[in-house]
Amino acid sequence: MPRSRLRPPVLLWGGGAIAALLLIALAAPLLAPYDPNEQLDPPAGSYRPPGTVLAAVHLTDGSWRLAEQARRTPSGIEISRRDAVETLPASRVLNLTPGGVADRRVYLLGSDRFGRDLLSRILYGARVSLAVGVTAVLLALTLGVAVGSAAALGGRLADAVLMRGVDALLAFPKLFLMIALAAFFRPGPVAVVVLLGGIAWMEITRLTRAELLSLKSRDFVVAARAMGQHPLATLWRHLLPNAFTPVLIQATLLIGNLILLESSLSFLGLGIQPPTPSWGNLIAEGQDVLVQAWWIATFPGAAIAVTVIAFNLLADGLRDLFDPRAQSAGGDAMLPAP
Amino acid sequence: MLGFLLRRLAASLLLLLLVLTFTFFFLRLLPGGPIQFFEGQKVLTPDQQRNLERIYGLDRPLPEQYLRWIESVARWDWGTSLSQQRPVSTVLREALPATAALALAALAVEYGVGLLLGIASALRRGSAFDHAIRVVTLLLYSQPAFWLGLMAILLFSYVWPVLPAGHMRSVDADLMSPAGRLLDLARHLLLPALVTGLSTAGGSTRFLRASLIEVMSQDYIRTARAKGLSERRVVWVHGLRNAVAPVIQVFAISLPLLLSGVLIVEVVFSWPGLGRLTFLAISTRDYPLILGSTALSATLVILGNLLADMLHALVDPRVRDA
Repeated sequence: MPRSRLRPPVLLWGGGAIAALLLIALAAPLLAPYDPNEQLDPPAGSYRPPGTVLAAVHLTDGSWRLAEQARRTPSGIEISRRDAVETLPASRVLNLTPGGVADRRVYLLGSDRFGRDLLSRILYGARVSLAVGVTAVLLALTLGVAVGSAAALGGRLADAVLMRGVDALLAFPKLFLMIALAAFFRPGPVAVVVLLGGIAWMEITRLTRAELLSLKSRDFVVAARAMGQHPLATLWRHLLPNAFTPVLIQATLLIGNLILLESSLSFLGLGIQPPTPSWGNLIAEGQDVLVQAWWIATFPGAAIAVTVIAFNLLADGLRDLFDPRAQSAGGDAMLPAP
Repeated sequence: MLGFLLRRLAASLLLLLLVLTFTFFFLRLLPGGPIQFFEGQKVLTPDQQRNLERIYGLDRPLPEQYLRWIESVARWDWGTSLSQQRPVSTVLREALPATAALALAALAVEYGVGLLLGIASALRRGSAFDHAIRVVTLLLYSQPAFWLGLMAILLFSYVWPVLPAGHMRSVDADLMSPAGRLLDLARHLLLPALVTGLSTAGGSTRFLRASLIEVMSQDYIRTARAKGLSERRVVWVHGLRNAVAPVIQVFAISLPLLLSGVLIVEVVFSWPGLGRLTFLAISTRDYPLILGSTALSATLVILGNLLADMLHALVDPRVRDA
């Protein structure tokens, strides 16, 4: 069967990609070639295409000059910056070598308006996007499981009230609700996490409730209750552990979705605020110069896509592994959460 | 059937009322309150403030205000937009057709692609083609829609300039013939509709595939084959009809997702619809307009759900008898 041979790789690819992304995010200060906010000579460094290598001339006053070409002359150095040729005496340059200058600036993925290195900004942006996504899902998970348990075990009235409320909240398109809410928050990472978590818990609630309702009448649960176990203890020891797998799969899908939502929010200027780099606000910076500097919008978007694909692959793999029913239906019976 | 319709209608109305209630109390939680928005920078005397509060009915008890608000919304009166100084209802009415056009075109793309790829991959289950579709759908629903939009603009408006980069019509649209105007609209609609539709098509493809595979393993399909029906008839008449029923449910679930997608794609393509309006309302802190458009979009979702329920009842008799 080709399917069964495909299954473990899906899990491995997804899990491996996420492990790599987490490592990259953690090690961003080591991996990033430059400080993500360092503006080295913006007039010469701005909007450089990917792969640009510039000579970096360190001056005695501490500032830097970037130049396409640096040529040693007997008295000092001659640099050309954006077609303007300038001669600097040797006494003003700190990093002079017999052939030119000792330092270079390599814009592997290009530079932005202020001459900041896009690669470094994307690497640091990974920290923000992943941290926000994961924290928001933890918040949504806590809220969702709590409300779902209350609805499933709290009696008919509690169930009706809670679930009608959830239905009403689900009727709002998420992005509309988020930007309506965002208008009343001071934007920042904490607000974004609260917003995302506050908007994503409803699906977890529905799933938890459905799982608990089907578990509630099973023999081992009835037995535990008959032995006089406290309802909360039954919930904690018997019900939640058995509902864990589907909820975990849903939560994994949710991380990808929330990373997408965070990027949308930051793209609209309502999420993570510059100069802190997040993938969404990097794309927003690139939108205005889409034609002149295509790389600024393109690469962060690719980073988002790769990350979301990784989380979706992991969720796919987990589902194939744990949910035999979904396998018989072709492995994709569950949709990514809207 | 009538009883079913009435029950669904009542449930939808109740949900609508809940949504409006949420919106109302959300409005009350605003810092400041409506009077402060009106006066802007000017300083009002306590007398003037009391007068304004009386004019807008804000001195009444909260339950009464709530009932009045529900009543005015029922009359399609959503208050006054602060940034445009026009009734919110007028502003919303102008934006609605643009969003409707985009959403319908996107739906056509989503379900066109979803049906085509879903059926094709379900019938060739386990083949290389099936795996390719699985990868494609994964790629589709993992893209940020706004980024896909920017890349589409970059490719089809600049690198290979065949389509406009945004807006709903050309500047000289008024001078065109009716057919020319329609063509102009279609050219403007193509990219945003493709972007919105494709970014949601991944989900519907997968769902239809799973649904059709499930149906094709049922006993009645074996019976149909045993009767000697042609494979085409088995798939299209017996299989697809039963596989489509759950898809209609997914259509309802994916409506909020579609509207969210439309919102951000409208911003990217400067499409003059509800989403871009909401975005502009946020930038100008136009609270009545924000709340109006949020409540309206929720209403659209509820109506879409109702429609999906009715379609579902139409194709599946078990639903209406339940």
